[in-house]
Amino acid sequence: MLEFSRLKAIWLWVITLVAAAAAIPSITATMGLALPAGIYAPKVNLGLDLAGGSHILLEADPSQVRQQRIEGMDESVRNKLKQANPDIRISDISNRDGALTFLVEDPSKVDAVREAILPLTNGAGLTGARDWTINVIDGNRFVLTPTPEGIDLAVAQAMETAVEVVRKRIDALGTREPTIIRSGPNRIVVQVPGLQDPQALKNLLGQTAKLEFKLVDTTALQSDIQRGVAPPGSEIVPYAAGKDGAPVGSIAVKRLGGIRGDQLTNAQVTNNQQTNEPQVAITFNTEGGARFAKLTTQNVNKPFAIILDGKVLSAPNINEPILGGSAVISGNFTTQAASNLAISLRSGALPVDLKVVEERTVGPDLGADSIRKGMIAMAVGTLALVAFILAVYGRFGMYACIALVFNVLMILGIMALIGTTLTLPGIAGFVLTIGAAVDANVLINERIREERHRGRRVFQAVEMGYKEASRAIFDANITNVIAAVSMAAFGTGPVRGFAIVLLIGIATSVFTAVTMTRMWVAQWLRKARPTEIAL
Amino acid sequence: MKLLKLVPDNTNIKFLRWRGPFYVISLLLMAASLGLVFTKGLNLGVDFIGGQMIRVTFTQSAEAPVAPLRSEIEALGYGEPIIQRYGKPNEISIRMKLPEGADHDSGLSDKMARTITADIKAKHADARVDGVDSVSGKVSGELWHSAVLSLGLAALAVAAYIWLRFEWQFGVGALFSLVHDVTLTLGMFAVTQIEFDLTIVAALLTLIGYSLNDTIVVYDRIRENLKKYRKMPMPELLDLSVNETLHRTLATSLSMLITLTALLLLGPGVIFGFTAAITLGIFVGTYSSIYMAAPILIWLKVTSKSFVPTESALDKQERLAREGA
Repeated sequence: MLEFSRLKAIWLWVITLVAAAAAIPSITATMGLALPAGIYAPKVNLGLDLAGGSHILLEADPSQVRQQRIEGMDESVRNKLKQANPDIRISDISNRDGALTFLVEDPSKVDAVREAILPLTNGAGLTGARDWTINVIDGNRFVLTPTPEGIDLAVAQAMETAVEVVRKRIDALGTREPTIIRSGPNRIVVQVPGLQDPQALKNLLGQTAKLEFKLVDTTALQSDIQRGVAPPGSEIVPYAAGKDGAPVGSIAVKRLGGIRGDQLTNAQVTNNQQTNEPQVAITFNTEGGARFAKLTTQNVNKPFAIILDGKVLSAPNINEPILGGSAVISGNFTTQAASNLAISLRSGALPVDLKVVEERTVGPDLGADSIRKGMIAMAVGTLALVAFILAVYGRFGMYACIALVFNVLMILGIMALIGTTLTLPGIAGFVLTIGAAVDANVLINERIREERHRGRRVFQAVEMGYKEASRAIFDANITNVIAAVSMAAFGTGPVRGFAIVLLIGIATSVFTAVTMTRMWVAQWLRKARPTEIAL
Repeated sequence: MKLLKLVPDNTNIKFLRWRGPFYVISLLLMAASLGLVFTKGLNLGVDFIGGQMIRVTFTQSAEAPVAPLRSEIEALGYGEPIIQRYGKPNEISIRMKLPEGADHDSGLSDKMARTITADIKAKHADARVDGVDSVSGKVSGELWHSAVLSLGLAALAVAAYIWLRFEWQFGVGALFSLVHDVTLTLGMFAVTQIEFDLTIVAALLTLIGYSLNDTIVVYDRIRENLKKYRKMPMPELLDLSVNETLHRTLATSLSMLITLTALLLLGPGVIFGFTAAITLGIFVGTYSSIYMAAPILIWLKVTSKSFVPTESALDKQERLAREGA
């Protein structure tokens, strides 16, 4: 137990010093010292509770994705059947209640319909699972239900896109170092250090930015619109609220024949030269421009509605075909709203609506205050602890204390190297780790003392002390690892931050408190050859 | 240099003589704690029940004006606030239920936070808003679920490990003293009504870890002595083991208490509840290792035969079957 080859000793020192050295950039940073530029300097990230900032948890509703898929299927089926066989007539089409249903008017065509729509229901994923199940009930009623696998895949794809869109939008705000990660199947965590007022951010993320151009149904009666009844093939869309927030009525638009405004190359805020109000100028890409030109050419002198996220912004008349591939959206914007819309359109529409389900903001004063107090408390606590250990265990206590200093440095260093975030519970985990490290040395030293009392000679007593104490230290640390792993796996936020520090700390404290002190004690014993030890 | 001795050598305190009364007291305390948790309830924070929490520090005041604040905020029409101090007397947290419909429109809870903070700042010049947390009912339910899950699984996994390393009686003993510790701590939270949030769950898990650490040290010594002193009666052997590890128990507990006291007195208020829970856990954990985890081995009939090294695997199975029956 007390044999350390030169090579092993060198290795132990290399590990200790490298891990401890990695803590230096983090320490100099808190003291406000600058390191020379150009050298590799990993730092421990401070959690939002320490550094201040905003944490926002966004959630998408999977049932919305489901409904979107069903509506998309609705359109695909109609197109497909029109293409495949114009003789097939379907009616009583419904995309409500979580499934697409329709009647095939001629029951003899059921098989033809099935064959035509079958390719639409194949999964795009690698698993080979079908995205849709097709059932035919009552002889000629088709029921298309999206499978859970298909929905999961669609949600996953939508969330992937959503993360990208969120990132683009936040980058456009110019906020520094945001963290944007997916959390669970349908959530996104956004953390922005230093951001005190997340309102602007939330306004930006709350906007889905789905832009549509649809033809106004001029045949609809105003009285029907007010009652909420749309003519067949049309739907009623409310106007966006005015600047004062007052609702301004609704309008009927045709369901089909419109185009989506998602094929843009640019969107910018400009000022209307007549009214001097802010507006958003959009530029279509080639395909989008062509569609827009077709829509406006075919419908000259008819009004069309510009719809954003299900609200009509304006419904201007098409005076002449717009062939240049660009358009202007005006709609009673404030400068802020126009700029948000421009950013959102540039970054693309969110594939699903995102809702804020959790939000935490920590002021910078609290953060700075907490760090300062935490540092003072740790310094005082450590000094008192060192004094106590020295008083009880003398020279062996000194080794324990040196090990403790390396332990703290190594934890910080490893955290910096693997890029973990230090939170307030993390600091508490730190203190606990120190407790565990001290306990290891206490166990060892107590055991050495006991072995001496039983009459063993110094060298043997030390050897037995480390050996016998190791068993309890091992069991105790494994149980802590079990607790920490379960915290890291099932806990959230602060609990997990705490667990990670605990895990790193258990590893480093066994290393420093057991292995390193054993080496130091062995070296001292060999050199001094004491016949009596104070313990 | 003369070293500090926390207990004299060869101390032999008959700890286990009082095991009966202490068990009765502990069981009564556990029942009382459970009763309190179910009747009075825990003061659950927004992490677990949802809602909004605004933390405010009154930088120029020695004490936060809680009573006037309560009526001022109530006058805003968002319902009755729960105002509580945490850490220093001038640091408070204000908790509100989320307004009706906030689950669908987060703008409503924003508006509430804005109205309340603006009102406080207007009426109290030295108020500094340290943070705003909004947690929807859905998320808080999941947080509660994951907290309970991580606690329960940690306890079971650890008990299984001890069973593996020692004997099943030791696993039961460790699990029981663990339940004891957590129950008493929960009871304490029900009595003091200190806010119970996610960081407290981290504290509870730490408490579990510490208490187990302590239990394992005592168990390790019992295991060792069982092999060493075959003929010694169990109560005597347990007393011996506890006494032999007494100096260590005191040295470690004192080390922990020294650092924790520094954190309690000088550390930031945000982790006051957390640190308090762990500090309390040190006492409860040390007590339970001696008075809960050890005596249960007598009642579960652990004998020196449990660790006879020559016992074959087959014999052991048969014996276990006998003991289990």
